[in-house]
Amino acid sequence: MHVGGKTISEVFKWLNDQLLRMQWLSDLVAWLVRDGFGLDPAGRLGGSVHFFIYDVIKIFILLGVLIFTVSWVQSYFPPERTRRILGQRKGLGANIMAALLGTITPFCSCSSIPLFIGFTSAGLPIGVTFSFLISSPLVDLASVILLASVFNWSIALAYVFVGLVLAVLGGSLISRMKMEGHVEAFVFNSPVLASEDGHLTRRQRFEFARDQVAEIFGKVWLYVLIGVGIGAAIHNWVPEAFISALLGQDKWWSVLVATIVGIPMYADIFGTLPIAEALVGKGVGIGTALAFMMAVTALSLPSMIMLKRVVKLPLLVLFVSIVAAGIIMIGYFFNAFGAMFL
Amino acid sequence: MIIKILGSGCKKCIALGENAKAAADAAGISAEIVKVTDFAQIAAYGVMSTPALVIDEKVVSAGKVLSVSEVAEQLAAI
Repeated sequence: MHVGGKTISEVFKWLNDQLLRMQWLSDLVAWLVRDGFGLDPAGRLGGSVHFFIYDVIKIFILLGVLIFTVSWVQSYFPPERTRRILGQRKGLGANIMAALLGTITPFCSCSSIPLFIGFTSAGLPIGVTFSFLISSPLVDLASVILLASVFNWSIALAYVFVGLVLAVLGGSLISRMKMEGHVEAFVFNSPVLASEDGHLTRRQRFEFARDQVAEIFGKVWLYVLIGVGIGAAIHNWVPEAFISALLGQDKWWSVLVATIVGIPMYADIFGTLPIAEALVGKGVGIGTALAFMMAVTALSLPSMIMLKRVVKLPLLVLFVSIVAAGIIMIGYFFNAFGAMFL
Repeated sequence: MIIKILGSGCKKCIALGENAKAAADAAGISAEIVKVTDFAQIAAYGVMSTPALVIDEKVVSAGKVLSVSEVAEQLAAI
């Protein structure tokens, strides 16, 4: 059986390398760069070209497959159903459920306001809604697989875990602070639409998933190109000394800088991962890179401006501070214990 | 008849508006298509996912782009 076990782990490693990390694609692009462009893939220019082509193709393939799969799952959890499930729970259990459902509910920052209003007017505590709003952009199934592809499985799972913890604790804290008075009055007065439990046929789910792929692709492709472009530039052109002076493991401010720079930026995890990947390649701590990614995806100027329409300033400031503080702590935690994961 | 399209002005809202117009035209109904983009107004209908279709102040669908024939069914039901 010893031989059998070894074979299974080898098969798994092969699947992981070829399907997830796409070693075949890396080799193919290396061949293209060397024989097609006449550049050395290990060299400076060739390395950047290789990073760019390989990462763009890899992310686009994963994006297509993952969004399709995830959307299929999501089609079972429309916001109306999520609201009903959450309404049946109380206390911490509701926050945990909200954080978990945040990972699988169809949601983009453009629908955060109707969702916020719909949840709140139905009587869900705002802390529960915030647990959902934090987890939703931060952790989703697609980002987990991507993290596993770029880094490895332990980092991906650790990322999900701390992301969920941040969502649960952040939402619970907001509940504790009794901030209901800082929600605009019209939110509570909005009617609750009797939720029609529209059962979808398989064909409708397929169409939903297909449309999601097209829509999300149309929205993120530019961010992916920009993200990979920045990643490729960091990879081979920005001096390592410069990056390590700013964000090096030994610099106490590295996580702080990464978080503050990331907060106003608007992009999703697909665009930020290549940057994080390149930064880690330059010796930046994994915690610093994760803090940057989380800050970019969880908080952004556009989403804050939208939220401002339904909540008053003190609650908005509290929300941003809690999430930022959480991200900074996660960053330092991973920098201290990250060696376990890499 | 007043048909309202609720949504932030995304591509899907435009598509839904076009389908609604086509369905109304085909049914020979003179309908005014109104686009509602303000969040507060959208929320006032209790809608959580956009685009949503409102016919004579009644929400008939949310979160999906109805095809021309689906809109026609809704029009016939009213």
